[in-house]
Parts: sequence; C-alpha cells; structure tokens
Amino acid sequence: MKSDVMSAPTPAPRQDGVRAGAAGGRRPDRQVDARARADSSARLRRRWGRAGLVALLVVLSIPFVFPTWWMVTSSLKPMSEILRSVPTLWPQDPSFAAYGEVFDLQPFAQQYWNSLYVAVLVTAGTILVSALAGYAFARIRFPGANALFVLVLVGLLVPSEVTIVPLFRMVNSLGLIDTHWPLVVIPIFGAPSVLATFIMRQFFLGLPGELEEAGRMDGLGRWGIFWRIAFPLARPAIAAVAIFTFLKSWNLYLEPIVYLSSRENFTLPQALTQYVDAYGGPMWNVQLAATTLTVLPVLAVFLVAQRQFVQGLAHSGLKG
Amino acid sequence: MVTSASAVAVAAAEQTGRRRRPRRSAATRRDWLVGYTMVAPQVLGALAFVVAPLVAVFWYSLHEWNVLANTFTFAGADNYERMLADPGLRDSLVASLWFSVGLVALNISLALVLAVLLNQKLPGTTTFRTFFFSPVVVSLVAWTIVWSFLLQADGGINGFLATVGIDGPNWLRGEATAMLSVIVVQVFKNVGLNMILFLAALQAVPVEIQEAARIDGASAWRRFRSMTLPLISPTILLVSILTIVGSLEVFAQIAVLTGGGPGNSTTVLVYYLYQQAFRFNDFGYASSISVLLFVIVLVLTLVQWQTRKRWVFHEV
Repeated sequence: MKSDVMSAPTPAPRQDGVRAGAAGGRRPDRQVDARARADSSARLRRRWGRAGLVALLVVLSIPFVFPTWWMVTSSLKPMSEILRSVPTLWPQDPSFAAYGEVFDLQPFAQQYWNSLYVAVLVTAGTILVSALAGYAFARIRFPGANALFVLVLVGLLVPSEVTIVPLFRMVNSLGLIDTHWPLVVIPIFGAPSVLATFIMRQFFLGLPGELEEAGRMDGLGRWGIFWRIAFPLARPAIAAVAIFTFLKSWNLYLEPIVYLSSRENFTLPQALTQYVDAYGGPMWNVQLAATTLTVLPVLAVFLVAQRQFVQGLAHSGLKG
Repeated sequence: MVTSASAVAVAAAEQTGRRRRPRRSAATRRDWLVGYTMVAPQVLGALAFVVAPLVAVFWYSLHEWNVLANTFTFAGADNYERMLADPGLRDSLVASLWFSVGLVALNISLALVLAVLLNQKLPGTTTFRTFFFSPVVVSLVAWTIVWSFLLQADGGINGFLATVGIDGPNWLRGEATAMLSVIVVQVFKNVGLNMILFLAALQAVPVEIQEAARIDGASAWRRFRSMTLPLISPTILLVSILTIVGSLEVFAQIAVLTGGGPGNSTTVLVYYLYQQAFRFNDFGYASSISVLLFVIVLVLTLVQWQTRKRWVFHEV
C-alpha cells in the first residue's frame, strides 16, 4: 500500500483503482494525459492487490468452512479410512453405514426430539414472557416499575454457572432431576429471558404513541392494544429473540449434563459426546454422523434466513 | 448506550407517576394492574431463578456442605480461607487468565482484519461473510467435536501436515498446545459475531473524512491507523470486554476437547467449579468459587457500563 503512494504520490491511481473495483468512488472529471501511463500500471497493480485480498479471504475461510466439510465427508467414511495416515478429502467409497449406527447405539431420534421440543417450548415461552414484560416496562407507567426493572436486570449480570449449584438443589428438592422441566422453565422465566425482555422493551420504547392512541379511539383496552397492535408490530424483535433463544437452548450443555442422567432424556449436545466404543475410544464416523445430523438443519435455516440470524445474534452479543 | 437512556426514561416515568398520584383515577389504577400482571412472570421468574439462587449461593458458601455425606454445617469464612490456600484454584485462575487474554487478543485482531477486508467492497464479500459467520450458528459441542477430531494425534490436521513433511504435535495432549488449541477453536467459533459488530462500526465511519484524507495523500494504512481506528475504538473496547466476560464462561469446549488436561493446564475457573460441585460433591466450596466468579463478572460488567457511558457520544 505504501509503495503505491511512493511511486505515484497523487490521488489519481487510487481513484482509478476505485473505478476498476466499482467501489462507488468519486472520480474527478478532469483527466491529466501525462499521467495516463502511470495510471494504467497503477491500475494493474491495484487490480492485483485486490486479487491478493480476495485470495487472502479464501485462505482465511478455510478454518471456518473446512471443519464442516471434514465433518460431513468423514461421516461417510468407514473407520479404516478415517484412521489412515494420508487423509482423503472425499471418501473413497461413501457409505451411510455410520448413520444407521447413530440410531442403534443410542435412542438418537428420541434425543433429537428432546432437544427440538425443549427448544421450541423455551422459544415460545420466552417470546411471550419477554414481550409482555418488555411492553409493560416500556409503555405502562406504574409505581415501582423502575425498581422492578432493575431487579430483572440483575439477570444480565449473573452467568448461569454462578447459580448452577443452588438451582440444582432447587430442582433436586422438587424431584425434577432427570426431567426436562428445569431446561424449559428456568430459561423461560430466569436469567436467559432477561436479555429478551430487554430487547423487547427497547423495541416498544420506539413504537409511535399514535398507534396506541388510535387503538384506544377504537375502544381497545390495554390488553387489546398489546395483542392487536403492539405484539404484531414487534415482529423484528420477536424474530431476533426467537433466533438467539432457540440456538441457546439447542446448544445448552452444562445444564443438561447437570440435570439429566438417563440416555433417553439426553439432549443433542450431551448425546453427541456419548459415541464411544467399549474401551472408551471415540467412534469418529458415528459421532460425526450424529454431529452432521445436528448441525446441517440449523446451517440450512441459517443460509435461508441469514439476515435475521446475523441481526438477532448481534443483538445477543451486545447485551448489557 | 441502552442502560443509561433507559434508566433516565424510567426515572422520568417514575416522576410523572409521583406527580399524578393525588388525582389518579380508577382507569389509571386499572392500567397499573395490567402493568403488574404483564411484568409478573418475568419479575417472579427473576426472583425465583436469579435473585434467590444468588442469595443462596452466598449463604451456601459459608457452609461445609457435602452432598453425598449429607452434611450442611455453618463454617463461616472457612471456604474462602481454603480458596486462598488452594493451589488448584490458583491454577484455574491462571488458566482462565491465559484463556481470556489469548482469546481476546486473537479474537479481536482477527475480527478486525476480517471486518476491514469485508469492508473493501471486494467481489464475493457476501459469501465470505456467510462463511465467517456460519460457525456462530453451529452447536458449540458439535463444533468442538469436529475440531477435536481434527486435532487428534492421528487426525486431519496432522495428516495434512504430514503430507507436506511436518510432524505435527499431539495438539490436545501437550501442555503448550492444549490451551492454544482450545483458544483457537473458540476464536473460529465466535469471531464472526465480533466481525459483524466491527463491520457495523466501520460502515458508520463518515466517508467524507476518508475522502479528504485520501486527497491529502494519506496512505491506506495511515488512514486506517489515524482515523478509522480511533473512531471505532469505543466499539473495540466494548467488544473486548464482552468477549472477556464471555470467555470466563467457557465450559463445553474444555469438557469436550481436553477435560481440563493435560494435568490441569486447561482447567479454567468454571470447569474447576463444575468439578468441585458435581464430581467431588463439595457444594459448599463450589458455592464460594461461584461467588468469586460472580464478583469477577460483576466488576467487568460495571467497567463495561462505565466505559459505555463515557464513550456514549461516539456511539451515535
């Protein structure tokens, strides 16, 4: 970059590069003929520079994309090929045998269903709880709202690991160990939903008051305004909450291994780690087949609804 | 940005409420009731599943409590004294520190590089953004299992290294490489999130300033270092703190990749907490470690809010 400027200390080559790359630059109207040759060589260099950047992006993509490729292809290999010293990028004789074993060794379909229904319940419940609370905190003035909101916000300060011991005790004393109740109820009402409430509240704060006024004119009460006007309008916030809540539940690991003990109750992340042979050695192709079955549906949905995913997860990253 | 503004809004609401109090109507009171009903599930939930456990964990930390032996006796500050003298805890704090420092350094610099590259309007930018972001949506345990497979002594990475004549180490079993492996796996998993946040910050940098500097003959590097970087530095700071707080909660990666080993070189604080509670059934001691973890996260979060307040005008 620096040498670029050294050889041609005028803005012209850069402007040209911009034109070549269609970066929406502002090219000055006046052309200086004497510079034409310097221009074209700089343009060439610039183009090579951009090609270099694209090459760099390709190289940087490898650690992000290759693991997924390796996961899928390895799941189609027999163990003998997996353990071979020279890795093969594509299985020599692709076979779905490992996928059959996934279901033979564990009640994988049941575990898949566990993860799915828990995540769906948590997502639906969180949307409801957070929309209600977010709306009231944003739009209704009632005494003590400030104090109650601060109390709820404590949830943002407490990592789930901090409260795992008392929560385990609570779940244990209620006799709910090895059930899905703690995985459903605690996220909906506890710390994980606080971020959702926060995002909902932010959204409802920005809602124009005229819409509610119009609803009131039409004879709607508070509940009517919420259900008929505010909640349907909150679709972007709901989408964000739905995406990060579902993924969080789908990926939960610490809580399931603490609360669940029998295989047919396991959720996916927990089940994935259980594919070992009689000697405790991992059965890679089976494990990777199960992993593929876990990952690919989510990746597919991500590719379809990429914008919502990025926005929703960026929200969750910016908590606090 | 959100918290300070919202606090003001709520305080304002509070004040208007106070002024109105003398002539509140039945309708107003009905509205209050709706408000209380709407926040009730979240407020009661936060009380039951956040505030109460938080109080409980403080209380437990003052007790000698073994679940198997079924003992629960008041022990005062014993657990805290034990923490001071516990080499295992000290090691776990060191491991957490290494993990956090390494993760933040690698994550932030890579996220910045990726964001700057994606901001160049190069062909295929959308596809590359999808690539870099995709691990964020992949289940953490799944991602870690695949990397664990890649990092085995006879795994994919060493296989490819062997084809070019390099004898790769046993990544997950070597003292030096185990922690590095855990960090790198975590960086590739979540760097896409920080990349998006940086990309948003970069796109908010006014084009006019860039253009003016360009016409004055400033090199691309110079423009980046002297203009772009200072303008996005508040974002970098906030993202760094968020990443540190997140890094303290690392658990699944350790459990799947190294199990805390070799030795206890990758036994980070949360993993140590888990071992004390659910492997050794020492709930009292585990509670005191929970308190320590909470205090660390609390301090970091307060720092974050403070910096956010100070930089607030930069964020607009």
